Amino acid sequence: MVAAVLVVVLGSSAVLCLYRIGRGPTTPDRMVGIDILGVLVVGFVSVACIMTGRDFVINIALAWALLSFVGTLALAKHLEGKGFDE
Amino acid sequence: MSSWLGTLLLLVGAAFDLVGCIGLVRLPDVYNRLQAGTKCVTLGTCLILLGTAVLVDCPACSVKAILCLLFVLVTSPTAAHALARGAKVSGVPLWEGSVLDQWEGTADAGRDERP
Repeated sequence: MVAAVLVVVLGSSAVLCLYRIGRGPTTPDRMVGIDILGVLVVGFVSVACIMTGRDFVINIALAWALLSFVGTLALAKHLEGKGFDE
Repeated sequence: MSSWLGTLLLLVGAAFDLVGCIGLVRLPDVYNRLQAGTKCVTLGTCLILLGTAVLVDCPACSVKAILCLLFVLVTSPTAAHALARGAKVSGVPLWEGSVLDQWEGTADAGRDERP
């Protein structure tokens, strides 16, 4: 019951993010949607860790948080018109 | 007792996530969307990770969830700051109802950073 509510709420949040990614009038709007969606997925994966009862799933959330942060920084540097190493 | 606490944390965190994403869709320009989405979704995901740390069985998973919480708490505002700076440098205008632009008049504003 609680798991179904969590999946529905987080899934509809992700659909709203996807709406902003698809619709967003400017490129930074889409990048904001990608950033928020990355943080949402971390929460979703940790809910999946409780639901499945398998221990290794929390590692996926940790790795996703790291990769999402690096990806967002790369997108922001691209917006500023710089390379990633500047 | 701890089961009820963890379930409550999960539900409150999911509600914060939903409110943040509604703000991401409804607000008028990229800076408003960025602050609504980042603040609400960061708090919601941190609450979900705290609930996971309370609910999950093995102690190592609790430690990993707390580590993930601290990481999200540090990096999400950093990424949002970088995105807002990138949006301003790339020339996205503010919403016409905005009353204050503190970027104008700073040292970075006059510098043309585009190659």
